[in-house]
Amino acid sequence: MLHTFIALVDDKPGVLTRVASLFRRLSVNIVSLTVGESERDGVSRMTIVCEGAENAAHRIRASLYKLEVTREVDEVSRAEAVIRELCLIKVGAGPNSPHGVHSRTQIFELAQVFRARVVDLAPESIMLEMTGSASKIEGLLQVLRESSYEVLEVSRTGRMAMRRGHHTSKVLKALGTKTAAETPVAYPVRPEEDDLPNQFEEEEA
Amino acid sequence: MTDTIDAIRNTTLTGSEILWATLVGEGVSTVFGYPGGAILPIYDALRKFPIHHVLVRHEQGASHMADGYARASGKVGVCMATSGPGATNLVTGLATAMLDSIPMVAITGQVSSKVLGSDAFQEVDITGITLPITKHNFLVTRAEDIAPTVRLAFQIAQDGRPGPVLVDITKDAQQASCIFNFEDAAPPPARPHPMLRAESGAILQAIELIKNAKKPIILAGHGINQSGAEAEVIAFAERMHIPVASTLLGLGSFPASHPLSLGMMGMHGESWVNNAIQEADLLLAFGMRFDDRVTGNLASYAQNAKKIHIEIDPSEINKNVKVDVALIGDLREVLQTLLPMLPASNDAAWLKQINASKGQAAVRDIVNLPDNGHLYAAHVIHDIWREAVAAGRETETIIVTDVGQHQMWEAQYFRHNAPRTLVTSGGLGTMGFALPAAIGAKMAAPEKDVWVIAGDGGFQMTAAELSTIVQEKLHINIAVINNGFLGMVRQWQEAFYDKNYSCSPILSPDFVKLADAHGIPAAHITQRKEVTPIVTKARTGSTPFLINFAVEKEDGVYPMIAPGSALHEMVRRPNPLIETAED
Ligand SMILES: Cc1ncc(C[n+]2csc(CCOP(=O)(O)OP(=O)(O)O)c2C)c(N)n1
Ligand SMILES: [Mg+2]
Repeated sequence: MLHTFIALVDDKPGVLTRVASLFRRLSVNIVSLTVGESERDGVSRMTIVCEGAENAAHRIRASLYKLEVTREVDEVSRAEAVIRELCLIKVGAGPNSPHGVHSRTQIFELAQVFRARVVDLAPESIMLEMTGSASKIEGLLQVLRESSYEVLEVSRTGRMAMRRGHHTSKVLKALGTKTAAETPVAYPVRPEEDDLPNQFEEEEA
Repeated sequence: MTDTIDAIRNTTLTGSEILWATLVGEGVSTVFGYPGGAILPIYDALRKFPIHHVLVRHEQGASHMADGYARASGKVGVCMATSGPGATNLVTGLATAMLDSIPMVAITGQVSSKVLGSDAFQEVDITGITLPITKHNFLVTRAEDIAPTVRLAFQIAQDGRPGPVLVDITKDAQQASCIFNFEDAAPPPARPHPMLRAESGAILQAIELIKNAKKPIILAGHGINQSGAEAEVIAFAERMHIPVASTLLGLGSFPASHPLSLGMMGMHGESWVNNAIQEADLLLAFGMRFDDRVTGNLASYAQNAKKIHIEIDPSEINKNVKVDVALIGDLREVLQTLLPMLPASNDAAWLKQINASKGQAAVRDIVNLPDNGHLYAAHVIHDIWREAVAAGRETETIIVTDVGQHQMWEAQYFRHNAPRTLVTSGGLGTMGFALPAAIGAKMAAPEKDVWVIAGDGGFQMTAAELSTIVQEKLHINIAVINNGFLGMVRQWQEAFYDKNYSCSPILSPDFVKLADAHGIPAAHITQRKEVTPIVTKARTGSTPFLINFAVEKEDGVYPMIAPGSALHEMVRRPNPLIETAED
């Protein structure tokens, strides 16, 4: 099954190698890994999606904690979390493309349905930007391909995850550091229509 | 020590001086190392500090010495080497320490920060190379960072599950200067581990399992010694009358002569120990990690038993063996919580049953074989133990073994009754470990009798350190168990490769002459009756002493569990009485 971990790690040179090397040692395939700044100075946030046996999560989490650079690890595979990915897609849309001159309007329509944005127009191509769950991005790509559009380039960020609602960071608290989560934020409970259910839950069901 | 630190507080020092000052502040009195270009500033500054530097003959030796020092004393062992080849020579020793969770700090010189990454002379990416074989490592490029980094390295090496830490210091950082203040460089308190827990629910569950068990066994691991829980384990075992089986690295943590001690478990464990584990209804795993060498085939391992695992490293839980209750935390603390909650029991039926099953094994036991003119390694080792007992030095004797058959015979026939009396490479099984590790052990515990027990193969891997022994004037006794073979390899070839002894016969120099070349007195022994007198001579002398024991060439370690076999499916020693009657 797929496991999703959020790891808060020191923002220092070599940290990514340490994390990546750990997965290599455990022979766990990383499906996607995103790194960026977090709400705290000196702390990077990673979302790591990997393949592993059902019971592998404990060991991966415990092993991540063994890295001296790790501050906190959260496993959100089964939790209520928002999981998003950003994708850039370049589609062939010149006069010589399979759908010829009509391709542009059709791609615009498709983009609207999928809530993707057109971010670049060139004589021979259109670039789309889309944010969503992985399955939605895959949905758009599939429709493009099945309608014989020429998908010239795809660039995906990999998944980013964040738990819904109140989430106290135990470690940061133990370290005496204030976190944003200490003041509980009530998230609006409104069913977002573009919000597909957590796809991992889907898989398990 | 504090004098040195006081005298230089808030003065400007070079990075090299800061390194030594920080080591002094951390309580280091001995380091093991070898100089070279990228670490020369550090060596130049050594003379100003009250630290003894042991010049080794190969950096691998330095790493094993630091390791042996740590194992014998419980303190952090320190080794150092220059960049490039010096640093790569430490790799085997770091891996050895990593797999056995030994607290160690390795300092390496590195090329100047300005040329890092340019393939400069003797530049290697040693933090990259050692990433998976250190608990953590650092690259330091500024003098200001040396004291805080080295102090943090000491904390990491000892905190939680210990391990080796490497600090790579560029030459320009060694040469630059800044203000030194030991106290200001203190690391923040060790980070709390969010997965450490021995929740009351789990504790109660454990108590229930223990109370209801009819056939419980304690599996005593290295964690007992690491946590300093020897007394608690004895109290626990005695209170509930639970027999204790040891892992290789657990030997000594529970006295071998204690009536509840069963002996070593696993691949070369005694039959009654492994049979008892297979029959047990409860396993209490104390600071051990269910290594494949102790479980045999996992699918058939201790199937009747509920399992309670007390362990400080959460990643060990359910790694190899699925357990029923996990108490994650420091063993000593967890046992202190459990003890008062346990009712006393003196149900001796289970222990009696196990003891009764020893009978048949005793007939086959090689130590019960009378002297028949052959010299058996098992006899040699047992006689070294008996000599120490007779001299009242048993618990004051540290045995440092190499890896191979002799190591297993040591584990079987030297009865360790005190902690830290056996120093051996368990997890990595590093040949060449014994001689240098013994130097570290002797420096850590000069008042102890230190014996090296090494095979003819492994001894040759690091024999150059004989010269270090002489230079340091150390009284270390060396027993070479010389069987003319890479014995353990030969035994596997005998058992699993049709006796095709491919590359396992090994030629050795005349070890007596080799010792002589070093000015070390030595003897060549071929008869059992000569063993005890020569052992006494070596022990009571004031110089190092080497004994070349010409033992049976094709002897085997028994019982033996073939890889993949269940723990109770052991290959037994052919009855030695019958075997020798034929020849
Ligand atoms: C560095 C290293 N290389 C190879 C091995 C594999 N190995 C394990 S035991 C052994 C034989 C050891 O022979 P010797 O030192 O003579 O000891 P004996 O088994 O004969 O007692 C070998 C080659 C090892 N453990 N370590
Ligand atoms: Mg040999």
